[in-house]
Amino acid sequence: MDKIETKLLKEITSTYKIKNGAYNIRKNGVGIERKVTENINIISKKDKQGIDIIIKENTKNEILHIPVIITEGGLTDEVYNDFFVGKNADVVIIAGCGIHNDGDTTSQHNGIHRFFLEENAKVKYIEKHIGEGNGQGKRILNPQTVVELKNGSTLEMETTQIKGVDSTIRDTRGVLQYNTNLIITEKIMTHGNQFAKTIFDVELNGENSSTKVVSRSIAKDSSKQEFISKITGNNRCFGHVECDAIIMDNASIKATPEITANNVDARLIHEATIGKIAGEQVTKLMTLGLTEKEAEKEIINGFLK
Amino acid sequence: MLELKGISYEKDNKKILNNINLKIEGKKFVAITGPNGSGKSTLAKIIMGILKPTSGKIIFMGEDITDLDICERAKLGIGFAFQQPVKFKGITIKDLIELSLEKGTKCKGSCHYLTDVGLCPKDYMNREINSNLSGGELKRIEIATVVARKCKLTIFDEPEAGIDLWSFSNLIDVFQKMHETIKGSIVIISHQERILNIADEIILLENGKITEIGSKDIVLPKLLNVKSNCKFLKESNSNG
Repeated sequence: MDKIETKLLKEITSTYKIKNGAYNIRKNGVGIERKVTENINIISKKDKQGIDIIIKENTKNEILHIPVIITEGGLTDEVYNDFFVGKNADVVIIAGCGIHNDGDTTSQHNGIHRFFLEENAKVKYIEKHIGEGNGQGKRILNPQTVVELKNGSTLEMETTQIKGVDSTIRDTRGVLQYNTNLIITEKIMTHGNQFAKTIFDVELNGENSSTKVVSRSIAKDSSKQEFISKITGNNRCFGHVECDAIIMDNASIKATPEITANNVDARLIHEATIGKIAGEQVTKLMTLGLTEKEAEKEIINGFLK
Repeated sequence: MLELKGISYEKDNKKILNNINLKIEGKKFVAITGPNGSGKSTLAKIIMGILKPTSGKIIFMGEDITDLDICERAKLGIGFAFQQPVKFKGITIKDLIELSLEKGTKCKGSCHYLTDVGLCPKDYMNREINSNLSGGELKRIEIATVVARKCKLTIFDEPEAGIDLWSFSNLIDVFQKMHETIKGSIVIISHQERILNIADEIILLENGKITEIGSKDIVLPKLLNVKSNCKFLKESNSNG
């Protein structure tokens, strides 16, 4: 890997050392490096691009990395990754895609990830999207995530996309059974003429199932963002969506909530806030000796922390 | 240290402050009191630069700061504690205290600015300054951030508002300690007799004008005993 590729890889996987544990590195549409462990197996799909990740029952404290990097212009990479997480396993999965496009043609990655968590399994899934490069070619990332949680399992998903990606449609769907929990934290910042659309669709089918979706986004310049969240409560369950967006310059943000209760014991909350940076916040930080620009930067950094 | 020359402030054709002339010397503890709507908070905000006066001049440490913005005044050594503390999303108490401290200074686990206002650093340092904190907690954090700045002139806009009785006793201690240790002046906007009682000087503001100014020993007895038209004093007295 060259310097650019190493840098991208480091940015996607910043939190953990990649060589510890299982990993699969994909570059410009092909797998280039893989390591499996006793508990985590990675098998290439035969019918299409992608991998099956099989995590054994009771696997504890293991970290799996599956980063994707694209440095070629004009490449559309579509990959199907399925995660089968055994009973009582407790693992961290670091995914993400970095595109460096210096050319004038579009680079695109569509990652379709499906998670199947068996009883009492626990997964923390961290996904970072990065776009960079000086070319006129677009950088497009369209991740789809499907989550099926069996009794007692938990998936915590953290996704981050700060600048650099021209267009993204992020589609996340979850089906939750008895006593399960899906936590999603999303952070997005768009600038220039970028576009980001997020769709969450969660079905709370099992008794005692719950979900919490927190989306924090900042739209600058002339960028556009759309946030659609659907939660359906079909049992005694709890769902909470919190969409919080800061709008700047000539940007546009649209938030569409949809909560449906099909059971008298379903408790569903949707909160959506869109607004510019509060003037009083800037004033407070200026009284501490920050300039207006510095104050705005602190507020944005804090908001997306 | 601070001199206000002919400060007036008008809003919607109403005169909120009317030709305020005032000098605050170094190392003084000055309380500004008066009825609601008398212009106290407006005066405090004008000193900090949050509001611009319609006319008049503000001199700080010999420099005309009338046209300086909030940040420039803060850098010269003016601090301000808001009556209604500002809430943030994502910014923690630790972040705010570190922004208040001298650039590059880190606030360690045993941050005494929090203990001084009755908050345990271990429990609070990493909490976000948001609606999950009570009004009293936010107020104490606000005071801690301002004390941490060690300014030449620190202004507190009704620090007692929203604080419970137990915290209020601690608050008096905080101001007394601050007065003893810092080299600067303190200006407190307050209705509270116990705060007025620890001031060196008291200024009474009524209808946008200074109607009394002098040492605590002279002004406070007048405020407490003399039958005045000042509605808030009657209310304070009737509340014991």
